[in-house]
Amino acid sequence: MTFTRALSQVISVVTPLALAPLLLGWVNQVRAWLSNRKGPGILQPYRMLHKLFNKDSVMADTASSLFRFAPYAIFGCMLLANAIIPTLSTDLPLASAADAIALVGLLALARVFISLAAMDIGTAFGTLGARREMLVGFLAEPALLTVLFSASLNGKSTALATIVEAVVHRDFAIYPSLVFAGMAFTLVYLAENSRVPVDNPATHLELTMIHEAMILEYSGRHLALMEWAAALKLFAYSTLGIALFLPWGIGQRATPSSLLLSLPSLGLKLVVIGAVLALVETFSAKLRIFRVPEFLATSFLLGVIGMLTHILLGA
Amino acid sequence: MLNIMTIDWVLWIIGAWIALGLLGIVALHKFALVARVFFPLGAVGGLILAYAAARALVSGRVESKQLALGLPSLPFHLRLDALSAFFLVIIGLASFGISIFAAGYFRNGEGTAPGLLCLEFHFFLASMALVLLADDAYSFMVAWESMALTSYFLVTANHRLPKIRAAGFLYLLIAHIGAIAILLCFGVLQANTGDYTFANMRAQNLSSFWASAAFLLAIFGFGAKAGILPLHIWLPEAHPAAPSPVSALMSGVMLKMAIYGLLRVCFDLLHLHIWWWGVVMLALGLITAIFGVVFAAVQVEMKRLLAYSSIENIGLLFAAMGLALLFRSYGMNALAALALTACLYHVAGHAFFKSLLFLTTGSVLHATGERNLGRLGGLIRFMPWVAWLALIGVLASSGLPPFSGFVSEWLLLQSFLFTPGLPQPFLNMLIPIATASIALTAALAGYAMVKFFGVIFLGQPREEKLSQAHDAGKFEKIGMGWLAILSIGLGVAPNSVIHLIDPVTRGLVGDGIAHNASANGWWLVTPTSIARASYGPLYFLFGVMAACAVAFVLVRLFYHARLRRSAPWGGGHPWRNSRMQDTAEGYGQPIRQIFEPFFHLERHLPKPEDTEPEYSVAVSDKFWEGIYMPIARATEYVSAKVGRLQQGRISIYLLYSFITLLVILLLVPTARR
Repeated sequence: MTFTRALSQVISVVTPLALAPLLLGWVNQVRAWLSNRKGPGILQPYRMLHKLFNKDSVMADTASSLFRFAPYAIFGCMLLANAIIPTLSTDLPLASAADAIALVGLLALARVFISLAAMDIGTAFGTLGARREMLVGFLAEPALLTVLFSASLNGKSTALATIVEAVVHRDFAIYPSLVFAGMAFTLVYLAENSRVPVDNPATHLELTMIHEAMILEYSGRHLALMEWAAALKLFAYSTLGIALFLPWGIGQRATPSSLLLSLPSLGLKLVVIGAVLALVETFSAKLRIFRVPEFLATSFLLGVIGMLTHILLGA
Repeated sequence: MLNIMTIDWVLWIIGAWIALGLLGIVALHKFALVARVFFPLGAVGGLILAYAAARALVSGRVESKQLALGLPSLPFHLRLDALSAFFLVIIGLASFGISIFAAGYFRNGEGTAPGLLCLEFHFFLASMALVLLADDAYSFMVAWESMALTSYFLVTANHRLPKIRAAGFLYLLIAHIGAIAILLCFGVLQANTGDYTFANMRAQNLSSFWASAAFLLAIFGFGAKAGILPLHIWLPEAHPAAPSPVSALMSGVMLKMAIYGLLRVCFDLLHLHIWWWGVVMLALGLITAIFGVVFAAVQVEMKRLLAYSSIENIGLLFAAMGLALLFRSYGMNALAALALTACLYHVAGHAFFKSLLFLTTGSVLHATGERNLGRLGGLIRFMPWVAWLALIGVLASSGLPPFSGFVSEWLLLQSFLFTPGLPQPFLNMLIPIATASIALTAALAGYAMVKFFGVIFLGQPREEKLSQAHDAGKFEKIGMGWLAILSIGLGVAPNSVIHLIDPVTRGLVGDGIAHNASANGWWLVTPTSIARASYGPLYFLFGVMAACAVAFVLVRLFYHARLRRSAPWGGGHPWRNSRMQDTAEGYGQPIRQIFEPFFHLERHLPKPEDTEPEYSVAVSDKFWEGIYMPIARATEYVSAKVGRLQQGRISIYLLYSFITLLVILLLVPTARR
C-alpha cells in the first residue's frame, strides 16, 4: 500500500518533468502554424535541452556562487510546485505538505531567486529584467492568491486536493465567482509565463524582454535548467488552471493505475490549452511595459470581485 | 531552578544587566574590557532569561511579587504570566545575537565612550524586561520611560552630528506624546478607584464609552511607539541615526513592547470587546502595512528601507490583532486564537529577521563606510558571510517558504479565510479586500527585499573602494548566525513555536490552536483540520534540496559539467561599467510611478536648452508636509504669542501667580458642590 502510494507520487513528479518540454513544443508549433510557418516540430525543446546540457557552461568571471546555485534552486522549486498541484490524482502523499498559499509562496521563492541571479552579474540587461520581473510579480502574486482564495471559499479549504474534489463532486453549473476567478487566472497565466501581451518568449529586443533578459548570462547546463524550469512553470500553471476550473477526469486514488487512467484526459486538456494559448498570443500585441501594471491590476481586481461575489451570492 | 521562582530568575538577570551597565561606568574608556567581556556577559544573560521564561511559559504558572522600590506607599507590583513570558523569551533570544554582535561591532572613539554605551545598552535591555514584568501603572510607566530614555541616548550615540541629534529629538518627542496617552489610558482603566494596579483594572467593569476611550488612547499611545500611521515618522529618522545593534534592538525588540502593551490592555485589562475596535485596528494596520512597504520599495538608504519595512510589519501585526479583536467581540474564541497565534508568531519572526537585517547593514557600513544604496554593490564577492546571512533574513522578511516570515503570513491568511461567518454582512464584505491587501503587501515586501539584497550584495561594485571591503569579524558572524538560525528554525519547526504560543492565547482569549495544529504530526501545521489546510515546511526544504541534489548529480552523471569563465555577455556590448546597472532609484522607479499619489515627489528635469542637464528626484513622506509641519508651525506661532506674557519683570510674574490663585480659589468650591 505504501509502495503504491510512493510509486504514484513518483509518477506524479516524473510526468510533469517529462511532459513539460512537450507542452512548450506544442505551443511553439501551433504558434508557427498560425503564422504560416512550418515550425520545428513539437520535440524541439527536448533537442534544445540535450544540446545545452552537452555544451560547456560559459560563466561571467564576476559571477558569484549565488549565480551558480540559482538554476538548481529554481528548477527544484518548479519541480516541487508540480508535485504539489493535483495533476493526476487528488490523493497523494505529498499533497498535505502544501496548500494553495504555500504553492504561491514556492513560486515566489523561484521568482526571487531568478531576479537575484539576474542582478548578480551586474549588466544593464540583467538588472532591467530583474526589476521588470519583480514588477510583474508583485501584482501577479496577489492576483493569483485572490484566484485561489475564491476557489478555496468554494471548497471551504485551501488544500488544493480538497478544492479540486469539491469542484468535481458539485453539480455542473456556472458559478459567478469562478467565472471572475477564471478571467483573473487567465491574465495571471499569461503574465507569469512571460507570454505575449506582457512579455515575448521569442524576443531578444532589449526594450521588450523580461524573462529573456534575466537568463541572458546563462549558458550550457545552467541555461538548460533555467529553460526546463520555465517549461515546468508553464506546465504547473496549466495544470493548476485545469485543477481549479476543469478538473473532471482526475484520479481520486493514489494507485498507479488510477493515475495512468487520468493521463489521457489531462493530455487532451493540455493540448487544447496549449492551442488556445498560441491563439491568444498570435492575436494580441505586446503591451508597453507601463501598461503591464494596468493589465495585472485588472486581474487582481477581478480576483477580488470573485471573492466578493462568492460572499454575496454564496456561489 | 529547584525552589526559586522564575520571576526571581528574571529579576536576577535584570539586576545583572543593570550591574553590567554600572560596571561600564567604572571602565568608561577600557574599550577591550567593555567590548570583549561585558557585552558577551550580557548576551549570556539574555540566553538564561530566554530559558527561564520559556520554562515559565511551558509550566503555565503565574507568579507575582512586590518590590519595595520607589515611593514608600507605592511598591513595584510585578507579575509573570504567559504573555510576559513569551515576550521575555523573544527579548532573551534576540538580545543574545545582538549583544554578541555588538561585542564585535562598536569601535573605539566613535561618539559615546564605550563604557557609557555599555551602560545605556544594558539599562535598555533591563527596562524592556521590566516593562514586561510590571503589574501596575506606576512601575509600567517607570520602566516604559527608562526604555524610551535609554534608547534615546543610544540613538544619539554619535551625537556630534546635528542630523542625529535632530532624529533623536523627534524620537523622544513622539515617544513622550505616546507615553502621555498611555498614562491617560491607565487613568481611564482604573475608573476613579485610585488604585493603579493591573489587578484592580482587571476587576473594573467599564461602560462601553470609557472602555472605548481607553482603547483609543492605548492605540494612540502604543501606536506611537510601534510606528503606526501617522505616528510612524520617527522610525525612518531614528533607525538610520542609531548604531546598527541599537537599530536592531529597537526595531526587532522594542517595537514589540508596544505590541505587548496593546495586547495587555485590549485582551487582558479590558473585558468588554466592541466589534468596531477590531475594524479600527484592522484598517489602521492594513493602511500602515501598505504605506510602509510602498515606501520601503523606493528608499535609497539601506537602514531607512529597513525602517519602512518595520512599519509594514507593525501594520501586519496590527491587522492580525484587529482580526483577533473582531473575532473575540463575536465570541469566536477559536478563531481569535488563530489570529493571535499568527500575530505572536510574526512578533517572534520579525524580531529575529529584522534584527538580523539591521546587523548586516552594520557590517556593511563598517566594511565600506557607505549607507547609500547607490554607492554599494557586488559585496557578495568581498563579504560572502554577511551576504548569505543577509539572504536568509531577506527571504524570511519576504515571507517565502520555508522561512519564518511565511509561517506567520500563512497563519494570518488562514485566519482571514475563516472569516466568512461573521454575523455582520458588511464585515464579511470587507474581509476579501483586507485579504487582498495582505497579499499585496507580502508581494511588495518581496520587491523591496530583492532590491535591498540585489543592490547591496549583487552586481558590480559601484565604487572603487568597495573591493577593499572585508567580511565581518568573529563576534559579528556569531551574532548574525544565531539570528539566521532562529529565522530558519521558526520557519521549519512551526509546531514547536505554536506550542509555546498556546498558553499565551489561552490566557488572553481562552483558546489555543496547538492541539489541532500538531494533530497530524509535528512536522505538519493544520490550524483546524487536515482537509481545511495544512503546511509542512520540512517537505519544502527537503523537496527543494533533494531536487537540487538530484539535478546536480544527474547533470554530472549524463553530461560533462565543464565550466569556462569569460567576460560577461551583456548583449554583446563591447564595454560596460558599474554605472550601467540599475541604481536604487531605478529599481524603485516602477513603484514610484504606480503609487505616485502616495509620495511627495520633488523632481528636477532638465529643459531642452540646458547644456549640462541634471536629473534628480527626491521622495519624501506626505505626512511631513501634511501633518507635522503645520503642527510645528502652529506650535511656534503659539509660543511666539505666549512669549508676550513673559515680560521679564518679577512684579508681573507675581501678578500672574496672584490671578492664578484667585481663579483656583473660585473653582475649588464649585468642584466640591
